[in-house]
Amino acid sequence: MKLHIDWTACDGRGLCTELLPELLDRDEWGYPLPRDGNPEPAVPAGLDAPARRAAAQCPRLALRLVP
Amino acid sequence: MTATLHVRRVLAAGPADLAGHAGRHGPLPWRGGRGLLIPTVEAAGLTGRGGAGFPTARKLAAVAAGRRPVVVGNGAEGEPASGKDLALLTGNPHLVLDGLQLAAEAVGAARGHLYAPAGAVPRLRAALAERPGWDRVPVELVEAPDTFVAGEESAVVARVEGHAALPRDTPRRVVEHGVRGVPTLVQNVETLAHLALLARYGPGWFREQGTADEPGTFLATVSGAVAAPGVYEAPYGVPLGELLGQAAGPTAPLQAVLVGGYHGAWLRPDTALPVSRAGLRPYGASPGAGVLVALPTSACGLVESARIAGYLAGQGAGQCGPCVNGLPRLADTLDRLARRDTDPGLPAEARRLSALVTNRGACHHPDGTARLVLSSLSTFDHEVRLHLAGACTAGRSAR
Repeated sequence: MKLHIDWTACDGRGLCTELLPELLDRDEWGYPLPRDGNPEPAVPAGLDAPARRAAAQCPRLALRLVP
Repeated sequence: MTATLHVRRVLAAGPADLAGHAGRHGPLPWRGGRGLLIPTVEAAGLTGRGGAGFPTARKLAAVAAGRRPVVVGNGAEGEPASGKDLALLTGNPHLVLDGLQLAAEAVGAARGHLYAPAGAVPRLRAALAERPGWDRVPVELVEAPDTFVAGEESAVVARVEGHAALPRDTPRRVVEHGVRGVPTLVQNVETLAHLALLARYGPGWFREQGTADEPGTFLATVSGAVAAPGVYEAPYGVPLGELLGQAAGPTAPLQAVLVGGYHGAWLRPDTALPVSRAGLRPYGASPGAGVLVALPTSACGLVESARIAGYLAGQGAGQCGPCVNGLPRLADTLDRLARRDTDPGLPAEARRLSALVTNRGACHHPDGTARLVLSSLSTFDHEVRLHLAGACTAGRSAR
């Protein structure tokens, strides 16, 4: 499973970076910064639950989990 | 310069009305059903001429596998240094329209769209008016705005749907989920013109030009310090010097050539360098959409790169945070270097910002801008050192 970021919707609220600090850093403007440098960072099995929560709770609906 | 026998396929001269076109190339070579042309395209090895160089047969097959697909000929050319699509659309419109029809048949589309800049619309409208009885699917003409990102695949889809020509988030590929959710073939108009020729004359003919891995010809827009800037046709693998020679050669000693356009890379002007994906890959470059800009030794590569980066920063769609914030910062950093600000941290900051914006947008505008900046720092590294010392090889005062 991978995390897809809709950059046209994201406005850097930062909730995802709080729920998924292992996957996402924040850049100097507050936007999520995948730590592995991938456009769609892979979600390890152990982070399934917080990844789903991040996608569901993003106030801009800018996150989704893709196969 | 070298006396070359110039190949002219898609740029063929002569009467451009339908009668003249039909007299030269004969009727449309219909294949009689969905998918039937695809093996021919695969055998020819045709790739997209819009910049990415993706194998056309694979794209056709992906779209043909879906339900109720549509085809879009993409003639948007927001790249300021490119003029080849406009030259083709106005000089040989029927070849493009033939290619659109054949692509529609190949994927099983019942309708097509031609997305073209305002300058080509009257000519295309006249060409379409000649084609009742020649075409099998209706073609709608859609005007493309003159912005840099308007030709990006998802922006094309948005415009064809009647929205602003802005890139979109595409969790699903356009070949599966494009115009109003149906599978969509967005194909550069030059690719369609080559398709119309190879469908008639076959893969063997198509492969008479170019290299074994990159067959065929491409249109190049050559500008900058050359005697006859313009659009020229050449086989893939053509030596750089020969391509510049088609434009009547350099007007001054050159220090670099921008290859692949504003999202491309600066190369040293090695006249023997083969212009092909394989030939340019070692330098982190690609022919892209065939844009070449010759830079004379009298100009400063950093000043020119900063001008381009500033332009690109202003051409963002304003949708994605890293692009909105990062590109102006990146352009400003390069501009400070170009203006001989002697802060020694500037090159590292430009590299950091380039990495920061890459892969973080709905389209590749930030990635391409970062590529141009990184290429300018490495190709003009000597200039970078001089500027940090307050000097410049071009010998001009700071802007």
